[in-house]
Amino acid sequence: MADDGREESLGTDDDSDQTGADGSLNNTMVEEGSTLMRRMEICVAEAEKRSGKNAVSMQETYTVYLIETRPMDAVAEGRNPAPDCLWRRYSEFELLRNYLIVTYPYIVVPPLPEKRAEFVWHKLSADNMDPDFVERRRVGLENFLLRVASHPVLSNDKILYYFLTEEHGWKEAVYETGFQAKADSRLRALSATFRVRNPDKCFMEMKHYSDELQSHTSQLLRARARVADRLYGVYKVHGNYGRVFSEWSAIEKEMGDGLQSAGHHMDAYAASIDDILEEEEHYADQLKEYLFYAEALRAVCRKHELTQFELEMASQDLISKKQQREELATGIVRTFSLKGMTNKLFGQEAPEQREARLKLLEDLIAEGEETVKEKTIERAEHVEKAWVDIQRFKEQKDKDLREALINYAVMQISMCKKGIQVWSNAKECFLKM
Amino acid sequence: MSGHTVPADFSEHMLDLDEDEDLEVFTKNTSLPDGSPMPNSPSSMVNQYRLEDDDEGQEAVNTKDIFVTVDHPESQVTAIETFVLYRVVTRTTRSDFDSSEYEVRRRYQDFVWLRSKLEEKHPTLIVHPLPEKFVMKGMVERFNDDFIETRRRALHRFLNKISEHPILSYSQHFQVFLTAQDLAPHRKQGPGFLSRVGETVRAVANSVRGLKSRPEEFAVMQEYVDDFSNKMCCMDKVTQRIVKEQRVSPVSVLSLISCVEYVDELKQYSPTYARWGELEEELTEPLKGMASCVVQCSKEAEEHIQHLSEVLVPALHEYVLCAETLKAVMRRRDNIQAEFEAKNEALLTRKVEQEALQEEVDVLADRMEQANNSLKGDWLRWQRSMKTDLRSAFISAAEKNVEYYEKCLAVWESFLVSQRADSSGGQEDVA
Repeated sequence: MADDGREESLGTDDDSDQTGADGSLNNTMVEEGSTLMRRMEICVAEAEKRSGKNAVSMQETYTVYLIETRPMDAVAEGRNPAPDCLWRRYSEFELLRNYLIVTYPYIVVPPLPEKRAEFVWHKLSADNMDPDFVERRRVGLENFLLRVASHPVLSNDKILYYFLTEEHGWKEAVYETGFQAKADSRLRALSATFRVRNPDKCFMEMKHYSDELQSHTSQLLRARARVADRLYGVYKVHGNYGRVFSEWSAIEKEMGDGLQSAGHHMDAYAASIDDILEEEEHYADQLKEYLFYAEALRAVCRKHELTQFELEMASQDLISKKQQREELATGIVRTFSLKGMTNKLFGQEAPEQREARLKLLEDLIAEGEETVKEKTIERAEHVEKAWVDIQRFKEQKDKDLREALINYAVMQISMCKKGIQVWSNAKECFLKM
Repeated sequence: MSGHTVPADFSEHMLDLDEDEDLEVFTKNTSLPDGSPMPNSPSSMVNQYRLEDDDEGQEAVNTKDIFVTVDHPESQVTAIETFVLYRVVTRTTRSDFDSSEYEVRRRYQDFVWLRSKLEEKHPTLIVHPLPEKFVMKGMVERFNDDFIETRRRALHRFLNKISEHPILSYSQHFQVFLTAQDLAPHRKQGPGFLSRVGETVRAVANSVRGLKSRPEEFAVMQEYVDDFSNKMCCMDKVTQRIVKEQRVSPVSVLSLISCVEYVDELKQYSPTYARWGELEEELTEPLKGMASCVVQCSKEAEEHIQHLSEVLVPALHEYVLCAETLKAVMRRRDNIQAEFEAKNEALLTRKVEQEALQEEVDVLADRMEQANNSLKGDWLRWQRSMKTDLRSAFISAAEKNVEYYEKCLAVWESFLVSQRADSSGGQEDVA
């Protein structure tokens, strides 16, 4: 999970409102942990049901989440100002995230909690309106905001800041960035298949890793859900013992008391599994976060492939144009072209036309060279920035998952201790029989 | 998924047998079950006895003068059938036994014969039930590979229950069973089949006539028996469907089944950690640690299942069978009372043959009084014995549960220690 405490670096330098090319606020004094930035305490405090008409004028019920923010320095100074707050629904979080992944394609953008309940075991509700699901989603959304707001790059984003502070007009602001067009082309590009000649080896390994990570975490989650289901059965069956003992105690004289109290312990044992498994769902959520993170990682790697591909295409294009120029200039045809063939068949064109074509080619070549330069820079920048974030992500992942496993062990220990307690008590009852 | 889930309808899994045949079983393992040599001295006999039935009090051990064991099951193959012979060893200081030591071989049918003889002679004593003829093949194989061993244990308990009974242990038939090298000639004697028919006919006739009224104490007893039988067998419709006529205690079987299904899933769960561990670098060690913990816990769970199937399930099963025995005893007592009442009524209404009838009525009256007294005495004895047995089984099950959780606790605690030792600055709370 994101760092304890709710300190995030976020936000704006008071007098600077310059926006960089990628939408982040320029703040020349930005440094890791630098305190020139206003810090903000963020939390997703509540969830509420709302009803309203949707885009196609149909009545729908949805959940909104309350985002509360407070300036960190005020808190630190012991003042307790009332938090600023606004309500957002899940779709708005999605919009924010879509904006971020398009605007920062070199960042492994933190994922949202799942849209629909998955890896559900039989007692767990798959209903999105189920209060337990809503609660876990609230926690997940808060986690998302904390991760984004503590990210060295993402936390500077203006749209993020508005998301947290401007209830109305935020959506318009997002669309005004023109990210939608980028989003569409990104989607097209990511789903296209293209052959890249020289992708960076490290990125390819990372992409392979992300696929494996997805596969393993989903297998684990599925298996865990099945185990939870069976464990539930084991505990609940003891409710039968509870019932049989209590009914049986009614007909026994000497054994009656012992049976009755043993029966109560069996009932308590059967009931205890609900809390145990509820806690375990949080562990599952921690794993799910990294299941979804894997996708984000993969997207960054795909983006690299894309920039590499575009560079290769641009280079290829430039080479072929240069070749055309050469042919045109020397008259030697090296490559097949329809023009060349028709020239051969129907005679060559007039020298003025040739000049015109040559000029056009020169312009195109100049353009092409610019393009190649751009693409080279784009690719190099992406590689550099993405690699930095991937390293950051790796460290975070190792730390978080290790912590999650430790938490799981702690939960198991607690469960064992409860079991020892209940069965020792039951044994006492039997001894007294 | 494993193929070990228990189907709801077991009829196709039941081995179909004739009434009088032993269960046909296929077993390779015919050596001594626990691998230990038979004890020779009386004191080690006492210890052996304690191991098998450690619920009996010190009192019983001190006054016990007969020790019986059942072991060494061996398959016998003849031209017409296959069955198992058990070795029955008796050591006794009783004077009515010619020798102090006997060793005979008996098959399941012989035990059935003994029990029916005991019931015949003492219709209102509570004779401990035998393990069942029928076997639910799928379930038994899954929970307890050695059906023979389960049956051997039950037969051993049966003989011990008889030998502890103040009346039954002095039965002639019991002595013959323990001592005769060849039981066949003894088995041919006696009314046997015909008497069974006679009893059934009488029972039907009596039930038609109806009982005038049951003495208060037996009415109370009947109510208890009905309730007890209900508790032992009762369940909701779902499990009724599952256990049908099997007369196994549904509660214990359900908990066994649910444990087995849990362990099956654990076995699929741990490899997911191991495989993921192979992918990672920094996380390899903790992930493999997790896999190992899950494996260890599933081993502990399997041991727990083993214990359940060897101790609690058979113990409850026996008392399900006891419930049936009690019902039969109550019926027989009722019949004896009915017979007396019928004859007595005849005596009161008919004017002829008064003397002959009076004699018959007196005999039946004596018989009834004896039956009632036997039952009254044995009832208390049985209740005490039942309480001891079930109490001991429950205590053992509870202890095993505690042990299971303690072992799992140790597994996870050691994992936690290893993880916290690695990571810098240990976290605080151990829940």
